[in-house]
Amino acid sequence: MEERSKAIQDRIREKARELLLNKTVDLIIGFGEGSFPLRTTPRFIRDPEKTDRLIWNSFCENNLATYLHKFNKFKVGIVVKGCDARSVIALSLEKRFKPDQLFLMGVPCQRMVDRRKVKRAVKGEILRAFEQGDQIVVEGEEFKTILKRDDFFYPSCQVCIHRNPIQADVLVGDPVEESPLIEIHPEIQEFAKKSAEERWKYFEKESSRCIRCYACREACPMCYCAECFVDSSNPKWIEKSLSPSDLEFYHIVRAYHQTGRCTGCGACERACPMEIRLTYLTQKLNRDVKELFNYETGIDTKTLPPLSTYDMEDKQDFIK
Amino acid sequence: MTDQWEPKILAFLCNWCSYAGADLAGTARIQYPPNIRVIRVPCSGRINPLFILKALQSGIDGVLVSGCHPGDCHYLSGNYIGRRKSATLKRFLEYLGFEEGRVQFSWVSAAEGGKFSQVVGEVVQDIKKLGPAQRFVKKEAQGSQGSRVQVNSIKKLGPSNP
Repeated sequence: MEERSKAIQDRIREKARELLLNKTVDLIIGFGEGSFPLRTTPRFIRDPEKTDRLIWNSFCENNLATYLHKFNKFKVGIVVKGCDARSVIALSLEKRFKPDQLFLMGVPCQRMVDRRKVKRAVKGEILRAFEQGDQIVVEGEEFKTILKRDDFFYPSCQVCIHRNPIQADVLVGDPVEESPLIEIHPEIQEFAKKSAEERWKYFEKESSRCIRCYACREACPMCYCAECFVDSSNPKWIEKSLSPSDLEFYHIVRAYHQTGRCTGCGACERACPMEIRLTYLTQKLNRDVKELFNYETGIDTKTLPPLSTYDMEDKQDFIK
Repeated sequence: MTDQWEPKILAFLCNWCSYAGADLAGTARIQYPPNIRVIRVPCSGRINPLFILKALQSGIDGVLVSGCHPGDCHYLSGNYIGRRKSATLKRFLEYLGFEEGRVQFSWVSAAEGGKFSQVVGEVVQDIKKLGPAQRFVKKEAQGSQGSRVQVNSIKKLGPSNP
């Protein structure tokens, strides 16, 4: 795994340098070394001599498609995993950029490692972490732990069935086998089995931890409204309070606005500083959209998102 | 106290069919329960899911959205678009733990005064069975006698209130 990451990293750097040198793109968006162990940061590179700052490993968790909104006047080369590539497709369907404006460097994804699970697995502060073969080596002041990489994937990565970028101008690295580790996350399955009252209690409890920092919104590539409903003062949909009802309101609408647009990358959940579970909301919407309209986000570059269109034969057994 | 409790139900009626249907029920003197408060909207496709959520948050016990039958939309496809939104929103709210039937949908044409009164009757009965809305209601919206709607907070939503 480690050698594979290394090879991908080298090819990303090489390709990025080439793209910047022949002026195919003005800017490269990729991953760079983060300030903390187990973290990477989005890196924006314009100088071909600085492309060796780009890295690739199992901690490249951000969805880089989020940053495309800020650079929609430039030609951009971007490193995309399977989920990022689907977000790019979903965004181009919504006409967020011109088709020839992007150069996609697709990386078949090895699934990303959940830094929180790693932190919980060791005692003490982690000072250094790196991959070694199929293992993650975590070091602190007084310990050195070796963990099996396969046990520490993000929930959204465990269920991922599109690890190979669906659309890419160049594929960096060999395609991987497409099969989810688990069909549906056990916690979500359990949630769906509960009674309505218990489900509401769970939702209430999860959303009550929210501090309204909107990190989930900022991390999501599909959340790009010029004015979000929470910021709008006329009409004022929602109060700027931490009352339980307002928190629930925010979480319902944030999730519901993703209907037929969410790629399930899990960036919202990863960004949450309070570790609130969010993907059980969007995954439900994705399943409904698949069931009702047979639509999966970011797969097809032609079909409009389900709520932007209609079919005369849509189900209507719930309407009196 | 539960004997005295009467649900407050917000009905979003489309201007071209359901509103006219309600009007017909009125002129034909067809009786229906007085629990609904009507908001006239241009089309059932105009319903922003935020309207429904805001109503539920403000202490409304039930929401009815009614529009033209498929194929009858004044704007040709508004109700088809609305139908997709309704289907996904209803499923999502019930998944979260809202009681089934808190938010309901119907097609009522301008000629169906009888159907309108029947639909309202059914909705009121369903909501009475469910009891006053508890989940999601903002605390200050709850009065001492079950739910109490803050009509002002709903009024504020309109773009221009004279």
